[in-house]
Amino acid sequence: MRFMMFIYPKVQGGTAAAVEQAWMPPAEAVVAMTKYNDELSKAGVLLSLDGLHSPDKAVRIEFPSGKPPVVKDGPFTEAKEMIGGYWVIDVKSQDEAIEWAKRCPIGEGAAEIELRQVFEMSDFPADLQAAARAAQK
Amino acid sequence: MTLPTRSQPGTPANRSYEAIWRIESARVIAALARRTGDVGLAEDLAQDAFIAALEQWPQSGVPQSPGAWLVTVGKRRWFDTLRRKGTIEGKQADLARQAEVRQQLAGAEFDDVDADVDEEVGDDRLRLIFTACHPVLPREARVALTLRLVAGLTTEEIARAYLVREPTVAQRVVRAKRSLSEARVPFELPPASQLEERLDAVLEVVYLVFNEGYAATAGEQWARPELCLEALRLGRIIAHLLPAEPEVHGLVALMELQASRLHARLGPDGEPVLLADQDRSRWDPLLVRRGLAALERASELANLPGNGRGLGQYGLQAAIAACHARAATLAGTDWARICALYEALAQVAPSPVVELNRAVALSMAYGPEAGLEVVDSLVPDPMLANYYLLPSVRGDLLAKLGRFEEARADLERAASLTRNEREQQLLLDRAARMPPAAGPRN
Repeated sequence: MRFMMFIYPKVQGGTAAAVEQAWMPPAEAVVAMTKYNDELSKAGVLLSLDGLHSPDKAVRIEFPSGKPPVVKDGPFTEAKEMIGGYWVIDVKSQDEAIEWAKRCPIGEGAAEIELRQVFEMSDFPADLQAAARAAQK
Repeated sequence: MTLPTRSQPGTPANRSYEAIWRIESARVIAALARRTGDVGLAEDLAQDAFIAALEQWPQSGVPQSPGAWLVTVGKRRWFDTLRRKGTIEGKQADLARQAEVRQQLAGAEFDDVDADVDEEVGDDRLRLIFTACHPVLPREARVALTLRLVAGLTTEEIARAYLVREPTVAQRVVRAKRSLSEARVPFELPPASQLEERLDAVLEVVYLVFNEGYAATAGEQWARPELCLEALRLGRIIAHLLPAEPEVHGLVALMELQASRLHARLGPDGEPVLLADQDRSRWDPLLVRRGLAALERASELANLPGNGRGLGQYGLQAAIAACHARAATLAGTDWARICALYEALAQVAPSPVVELNRAVALSMAYGPEAGLEVVDSLVPDPMLANYYLLPSVRGDLLAKLGRFEEARADLERAASLTRNEREQQLLLDRAARMPPAAGPRN
């Protein structure tokens, strides 16, 4: 099964400088993370990964009812959790995914990881599968 | 040889230990095999260590480096046995062996949780893979041993995947380990002169696993994706360990591309959907991308000056799969290129099955007659006498030429030759759809 592993860097205080700091890890953290990525890859479980630009460059598009979409520029300092990047891994069980996540070299309290299983077509109820198929024809 | 019995199967803690086992077991077995020189013994020791972990970790917590912990405990077990043996065999004349044991014991007392599970791990794992796929073993044994030692599957999981009884797999593994030990197969990498041949044996095992998952030869399921995923994982591991070998990347490319179609080739009721009828939007774009990237690596390596052999059998098959992956529709497929690739494949790995596939490509590129001509030349081939795809392809081509009665007979014959129930049904359905013979024909 496929999991997405999201990393949420912890931002200390809501300032733009704090965000910047959280998004610019020290060299040794980068080295450790590179080693970790390599471990995932060597174990044959890593399908893909990406790091994301800092959230002060983020843009949000809101969909208010009855109105056209509204585009908002970051930073969104009110947001508690902002995604720093993700991995897609292919493992046998959620437990294996958890085990890999636990090995992520995150300094004390520097970030959190969230694991989300990726939907397969077969995870959808039959009627939704049928609707999706019909839409593709 | 089953995984240790657990007092509380399926508890969250145990499930987490099993996940650790899955991640660490190959490294642990490999590290122990390097020291003991005996893969079978190494696996027994690793199992013992894991049993110890199941007993101790609930109290002590999981150690920081569980792999190193398991290696250390396994090593201690080994020294205990050696020590006991030393006492029993003390009077025997095998002085050299005793000296060796003493030396090992001396080293053992001092290095505690050692870090060398992390050192040279790659080479150790590679040794493990080459040993599990050693030519002294029959193919079935290589497969079972590879899944067990390298992929970290339990005998129960292997048995379930292959629809055989657990004791059958267990026996196969025990016998394989004994054969390795009796043949004194050293725990080492093959010499350069044999590398190519031994690597072929390894890739063959991986592809056998993949194919058993992709086109299940027996049973009511048309495919068993979990085996495909195991094979893919093995392939990716080997590609990391032998990054300069074009065929390894070729095989990975082939498997990624074929696996990208796993969902699309399964209908809503689990029935097979053939390539021609697949909804291409359901091909997995991530796996396609990975497959094409791996193929590119394989081609680059194969065409390096000095390598100069061009793609091998897996690379060529991957290149064929890539033609399908790149095509938006069946009609938009570059069939002429596929014909050429099959021709190249027939040079590298001649087989009537390749010829049969080439016939299909020819029929797509140049019309059913072109294909039928090749198919008919294959009918007398004894190797294909009971191969269901021959009458299946022939039936298809005949149907396209309007020779429905012959087509029906061939499709029915194909159905009688496959053991896969899903496939059987598909063939019988197609036979039943042939229009009845109506009026005089030429």
